[in-house]
Amino acid sequence: MPDTRTPPALDALRARIARIESGGGHGRSMLPFGIAEVDRRLPGGGLALGALHEVAGGGSDATHGSAAALFAAGIAARTVGRVLWCITRPDLFAPALAQAGLPPDRVIYVEAGDERAVLACSEAGLRHGGLGAVVTEVARLPMTASRRLQLSAEKTATIGIALRRWRRPAEASDFGQPTAAMTRWRVSMLPSARLPVPGVGRHRWRIELIRCRAGESADFELEACDASGRLAVPADLVDRPGAQGRSRAAS
Amino acid sequence: MRRVVSLFLPTWSTDRVRKVDPALPPEAPLVLLGRDGRRRIVLAADTGAQAAGLRLGMPASLAQVMVPGLMIRDADPASDRRGLERLALWLHRRYAPITAPDSPDGIVLDTTGADHLHGGETLMLSDMTGRLSAAGFAVRAAVADSWGAAHALARYRAKPITVAPPGAGTDMVAALPLAALRLPVETVHGLHALGFIRIGDLLERPRAPLTLRYGVELARRLDQILGRIDEPIEPVRPSDPIMVRRAFAEPIGAAETIARTLSQLVVALCPLLEARGLGARRLDLVCHRVDTRPQAVRVGTAMPVRDPRRLTRLLCDRIETIDPGFGIEIMTLAATVTEPLLARQTASVLTEDSPPDIADLVDVLANRVGEGRLYRAAPVTSDLPERVVRRIPALTPETAASWPGRWPRPSRLLAPPEPIETVALLPDHPPVWFTWRGVRRLVRRADGPERVFGEWWRRDAELIAVRDYFRVEDQAGERFWIFQAGDGEDAATGSQGWFLHGLFG
Repeated sequence: MPDTRTPPALDALRARIARIESGGGHGRSMLPFGIAEVDRRLPGGGLALGALHEVAGGGSDATHGSAAALFAAGIAARTVGRVLWCITRPDLFAPALAQAGLPPDRVIYVEAGDERAVLACSEAGLRHGGLGAVVTEVARLPMTASRRLQLSAEKTATIGIALRRWRRPAEASDFGQPTAAMTRWRVSMLPSARLPVPGVGRHRWRIELIRCRAGESADFELEACDASGRLAVPADLVDRPGAQGRSRAAS
Repeated sequence: MRRVVSLFLPTWSTDRVRKVDPALPPEAPLVLLGRDGRRRIVLAADTGAQAAGLRLGMPASLAQVMVPGLMIRDADPASDRRGLERLALWLHRRYAPITAPDSPDGIVLDTTGADHLHGGETLMLSDMTGRLSAAGFAVRAAVADSWGAAHALARYRAKPITVAPPGAGTDMVAALPLAALRLPVETVHGLHALGFIRIGDLLERPRAPLTLRYGVELARRLDQILGRIDEPIEPVRPSDPIMVRRAFAEPIGAAETIARTLSQLVVALCPLLEARGLGARRLDLVCHRVDTRPQAVRVGTAMPVRDPRRLTRLLCDRIETIDPGFGIEIMTLAATVTEPLLARQTASVLTEDSPPDIADLVDVLANRVGEGRLYRAAPVTSDLPERVVRRIPALTPETAASWPGRWPRPSRLLAPPEPIETVALLPDHPPVWFTWRGVRRLVRRADGPERVFGEWWRRDAELIAVRDYFRVEDQAGERFWIFQAGDGEDAATGSQGWFLHGLFG
C-alpha cells in the first residue's frame, strides 16, 4: 500500500508559501463544515476565513439563487459577529435566513443601486474587519473585482461570499471565468428526504465544489441547513454498505 | 453638475395663518386682506376661497358678498417672510447645506451632493413634500439643473413632484408658458401680443431684437432657466453655527490638498463640539470656488460622533463628488445637526472580547447608498408574508426577537406574487401540476394547506379574505411556495386563483 502522507519538507514549503501569500497578515484559520466528508476535501480542513468564496445556484436556481443564498447564510451563521448582506434586488426573505441560523439582529442589508456599488460596499465591509461575513449578490465578478475583494478579506478574518446570481440562465456561463476566489461552489436542489407520510421532508442539495485552490474538486449530496446553519449527511447515505465500515469503526 | 430643488408653497400665507390660529374652522374659506391705497383688497386666498371664485387683488367688500361665511384675517407679509426663513432653516438642517427662502411663496435648495442621504432625488422630494403636507402646507416640488428651471417646473406643472433628469431640463421647460420665466407682467403680455406663448418659442429666436424691445432682463432670465449663467443662492445661516472656515492665499484644486485641508478643518471643529458636549450628526462642507459657484458635500452619521479620524474618513470618502473647477478659495465646515455626546464609562470585561464596533462602517455605507438603503430586518407580528418584515436602522439595539419558526419559509419572496396555471382538486388539495413562467412542473410532493386569514383590522376588504399556502416539490426537486387566493369554496374569500409567492432553497 503506497504511503499517502505528504513528506514533511513539502508541508513546510506549503506553509511558507501560504505565509507569503497572505502578505504576513494574521494567521489564517478555518471554518469547518463539521462534516468529515466535506472537510477532508478542503485544504486546512474547512473554509478559509479571511478569503473570498464563490457560490452559485445550479439549473434554474442560477437566476433566483434561493438554495445558494441559504448555503451562504449557513456559512455566515457559523461565523462570529454581524453579517453584511449586499443586494441589488430586495427579494431575500429574512424569516428564511433566521431558520438557517441567521437571526435578524445579526444581518445588516445594504441595498446598493448597481453591481459596482455592491462590490464597493462589500469591499468596505471586508476591509473593516469587525464583521463575521460579507455576502455579495452579484452577476458579474471580473478578475479585478474578485481580486480586490480577496485582498480586502485577507487583511482581516472576515469571510467573503460572492453569491453569483444572473438575470437570465444563459448568462450563467460566466461562472466558468476565472476569479481570485479561494473556492467555488454550486448548489443545486435535489428531491427532499423521503417521509413515511405524504409531505416534503428535509431539503436536500447537491453541492459541487467546482474549484478549490490547493485542493481538488468534489461533489456531495447533503441535507440543507438546520436552525444553526449546519449541513448534514443524509441518513440513507450513512447507511449505505460502503459507509458501514466507517460508522462501525467510529462507534 | 448642479442640482437645484425649488419648493412651491401656493397657499403659504393662509396655511401659515391657519397654523398660528388653530381656532379657524378648517372647512371655512379664508382670505387675507391688505391695503392698496385706500381700498382693502384680497392679498391671499386659500384653496377653498379660490374654488369659490375669489381672486387676488379683488376688493374686500366684493369678496365678502360673493362668499358667505368667509373668514377674514389681516395679511402680515413680514411674518410670512420670517416664517419662510424659519422653514428654510429647518430644510437646511434636514436636507441640504445651501438653502434659501424664495419669497414670497417658495424655498430653493442646492441639493448637489446631499440627495444620497435620502436615497436619491425622487425619494428626497417625496420625503420633503410628505412632511410639509403632513404639517398642513400645500406644496409642490421640482428638481432641475438650474434655479430658473426648478422654479418654473415647480410652479407650472400640476404634478406634486417633478424630477428633470440632468441635462433634460431644457425640453421640459420649453413646453411651459412664458409666465414661468419670472418676468414682469407687462413683458409677458407684450410677448403674448407678438404670438409667443411658450418658452420654447423664444429659445430659437435671435436675441438682439428681443433685447432691444424688452431690455436685458428677458435674455438674462432665459439664460438662467437654461443654466447658462449662474444664479447664486444666498443661503440661510443658523444664528449660532458650529463652523470652521479656512481661506487660501492661492486657490486649491488637487484631491490630496483638499483631503489635507479637510483633516485640518475637522481637527479644528472637534474641540468646538467638545466644548459644548456635542457630537455631529450632519456635517456640511462648502467649498467656495473662484467662479462663485459653491460646491457642497454633506455627510451624516447614525450616532453623534466627535472622533476626528472617523469624521475625516467620511468626508474624504466623498471628495470625488467635489468639482474644484478653476480652484477653491474658501472651505467651510459646519456641524449642522448635533446631538449631546458626553463622556461615558464603558464596562470593561477582562475575560471576553467586546463585540467589535461597526458604527463607522455603517456611517461609511450609509453615506454611499443612503440611510434608507442600509437596514436590518425586524419581525412584525402578522400572518401575511408581505407584512412580517419591517426595516429598522442598522444600529438599532438588538432585541433577540425573531419569527416563529414552526413552518419553513422560502428564501426568496416574489413581490408581487405571480399568477400560475394549475390543475388541482378543490378544496384543500395541492395542485397536480402548475405552469410558472412558461414551464410546466409536475408536483411530486406537497405540504399544506397553511391557512392565512386577512387582517380585518387593517382593511375592510380583508375581512373574510383567505389564502391557502402549500409547499410543493416538483419532479426535479425544486421547491416552491404557492397559494390559492380563497378557500376553494366560497367566492367571497378570494379570487380562487393560484399564485406563486416564494422559492425555497
